[in-house]
Amino acid sequence: MSFAKLAEAFADDSIRVLAAALDREHAVELAGDLLVSSGRVTPEYTEQMVEVFETHGPYFVIAPGIAIAHAKPSDAVISTGLSLVTLAEPVVFGNAANDPVRLVIGMCAVDHDSHLEMLAELAAILGNSDAVNIMLNAGDTEQIRSLF
Amino acid sequence: MKIIAVCGMGIGTSVLLKMNAEKVLAQLGIDATVEATDMKTARASSDAQVILTTPDLAQLMDGLKPEIITIEHFFDLEEITKKLSASLL
Repeated sequence: MSFAKLAEAFADDSIRVLAAALDREHAVELAGDLLVSSGRVTPEYTEQMVEVFETHGPYFVIAPGIAIAHAKPSDAVISTGLSLVTLAEPVVFGNAANDPVRLVIGMCAVDHDSHLEMLAELAAILGNSDAVNIMLNAGDTEQIRSLF
Repeated sequence: MKIIAVCGMGIGTSVLLKMNAEKVLAQLGIDATVEATDMKTARASSDAQVILTTPDLAQLMDGLKPEIITIEHFFDLEEITKKLSASLL
């Protein structure tokens, strides 16, 4: 199975493995920083991602160990894309069903529908437990990229 | 039947839930449309029969008319199948 839309969505410098997160906000910021470093968003977007967390809580930890962090389409979004960071030490987000978090996916979209094919592939890859295990245990970014 | 998948903003996690719910509904042979939406719209929208969401967000929608089904693991089609068939079949 290949994931052409994911290969496109994860631009250069959008993936980082075994990062140290101080706390849950920092874990979200790490995913936002990768959207910035890969040219998808301006730093304001990372702030908006943290604001969303403060407003809506940790509901976005939607599978065991996996969080999908994002904010709304805004002027801070340059182009639609994804980022991914694995955490060296798991972080408790406060989500009873799926804590602690080991993988944070950052997402940004320019509008409400241009990212749907990308999300369909994301749902498929995150539904594959072998692929998720490779992501969680990756020692370098190439191991993750090879999945797409 | 109209089902809404609900998350904070209606563009990320609810879309992922909608996609997997549609797969399961097709397998179960249930005729339903699924829309992804945000919390605010979900609170105002009364024409859906079922709300699909996370346990955290379900607490914030307590008292709404549609039946609420909570999904813990959005990529676990077995969990989604079990819960949708228990409620809808």
